[in-house]
Amino acid sequence: MTAQAPAAAAAAPGRTGRLGRALRRVPPLVWLFLAIPLAVELFWVFWPAANSFSLSLTRWDGITPAVPVGGQNFVDLWDDPIFTRALRNNVVWAIGFGGLSVAGGLALAVALNKPGPLVGLYRSAIYLPMVVSLAVTGLFWRVMYAPEGPINAALGAIGLGSLRNQWLADPDLALYAVLVAAVWRQVGYIMVLYLAGLKSCDVSLEEAAAVDGASAWQRFWTIVMPQLKGVSMVVFAVTVIDSLRTFDIVWAMTRGGPYNMTQLLSTYMFQQAFTLGNLGYASAIAVVIFVLAIGFIITYLARQARAEED
Amino acid sequence: MTDTALPARPPVRKPRPARSPWLHVGMIPLTLLWLSPIVFVVFVAIRPFDDLAARGLGAFPVSISWEGFRTAFEGGGLVRALGNSLVVTAAGVVLSLALSACAAYALSRFAIPGRRTILLTMLAGNLLPPQILLVPVSAITEAVGIYDTLTALVVVQVGFGIGFYTFVLHGFMRGLPAEVFEAARIDGAGAGLIFWRIVLPLSRPSLAALAALATTWIFNDLIWAMTVLRTEARFPITAALLNLQGGYSSAYNVIAAGSLVAAIPTAIVFFAFQKQFVSGLLVGSNK
Repeated sequence: MTAQAPAAAAAAPGRTGRLGRALRRVPPLVWLFLAIPLAVELFWVFWPAANSFSLSLTRWDGITPAVPVGGQNFVDLWDDPIFTRALRNNVVWAIGFGGLSVAGGLALAVALNKPGPLVGLYRSAIYLPMVVSLAVTGLFWRVMYAPEGPINAALGAIGLGSLRNQWLADPDLALYAVLVAAVWRQVGYIMVLYLAGLKSCDVSLEEAAAVDGASAWQRFWTIVMPQLKGVSMVVFAVTVIDSLRTFDIVWAMTRGGPYNMTQLLSTYMFQQAFTLGNLGYASAIAVVIFVLAIGFIITYLARQARAEED
Repeated sequence: MTDTALPARPPVRKPRPARSPWLHVGMIPLTLLWLSPIVFVVFVAIRPFDDLAARGLGAFPVSISWEGFRTAFEGGGLVRALGNSLVVTAAGVVLSLALSACAAYALSRFAIPGRRTILLTMLAGNLLPPQILLVPVSAITEAVGIYDTLTALVVVQVGFGIGFYTFVLHGFMRGLPAEVFEAARIDGAGAGLIFWRIVLPLSRPSLAALAALATTWIFNDLIWAMTVLRTEARFPITAALLNLQGGYSSAYNVIAAGSLVAAIPTAIVFFAFQKQFVSGLLVGSNK
């Protein structure tokens, strides 16, 4: 993104005149270039999304015609203990997943910001988990959490045998066990984003503050962090959107169990739709997910739109 | 965008104290801890089942056995699943980048009315939670007769990805120098020729970054595969693995071996294209 900025600036002055002329003749081929991708996206994304809204007002099993029930699905959701559990879990997930991966990713970005021996190796190791799919991450960690697995063995070996647990089978622990696995994969991504942000920070400001006697801690919070505001906004929006989408890793590790204690909105929606065949009810859950996500989607879009204007 | 104003930074920053060794004291254990899940999965995958049962999953391997891999490949049909994944990934990446490049070219170099709105709407489509699409998408694939085919999976991946790729490519293409286009137009080149001869070659860096990113996204997908496919023989590797886990839930060496097989292709992409991969992650974040 940085390399092209000067080029864009150079192109800008000539643009308005050129556009005025081009408006009269956008070649037919170019219209086609735009129309085909746009049609594909309209048909496979926007049309289905719109359908979900109307389906959420019906009771539908996918075979017999859908029966309109008005807002009944949403009323039922409110009284559905599994749904409210999933909603609560999703809040815990967004805070835990977001908080831990931002704290970890930011700390690592600051620690590994300046080049030096081994730093490249550390960075690669931290973002290596990102290439492993969420489903495979889940299976990796199932092995780690196995009753006789490495985590319990390690706890026994360092004399903390009393902390050994059936991590994924314990209703109180399972959600956090899955969360740790998800954070393991996410930290590298956040680190990459913050590393890029740190690279564009003004170093001279920090050096001036250092000369004035500000401690490293003070410099970080009063000088570096404000400059990272843009990255933090993106990270915040992306994390919340990701949290609401999270499906693969939970499905691979627990399928929402034990006793629905790791159910998130997305897994419960999938179960209702494709395991139980309650397509209308599942669509209502999907609408709830959409409503929760839309604010953050708009935040992210608004930022991108502003960047487009530059 | 502030960094363009930085070239005047003085190069005299030498008299810094040497880096403290504490960084390494902290980072070496952390790095090892970070890689430990991967290492342990490798250990479990190469140990025979009897050894796992006798000495537990946490023990170090004493010998190498391919039993887990053999069972995963034979019992789980992972070869076929890998093949499905590769077909879907290749077709998905090529098609979505081709379509997105066309759209990005049209939106970035021509005065399409309302192009900013179109662009942001397309991006918005990619940000939607997939859950809002699953039920209708599965119904639509059924209605057009492609439910339970790899075609359906490719089409859905392309449709969902296009918005993001178009947005990123648009950002790159509008930065291409105008002089090149003027020169080509004076030489009488049409819009199609300019796209093919000039825009695509110049966009190679961002196409490469997106290709690295899209490859891992499509290869790693699970939810779309579970939504539009039913027959096990058509499952990509992720979905096939979960089936394998259902069938061999206590044979941890089989699960570990299968997971490694699924992780290796994206790991190769990562190591071969690490630079493109990282820059791909950044393009969407807009710093």
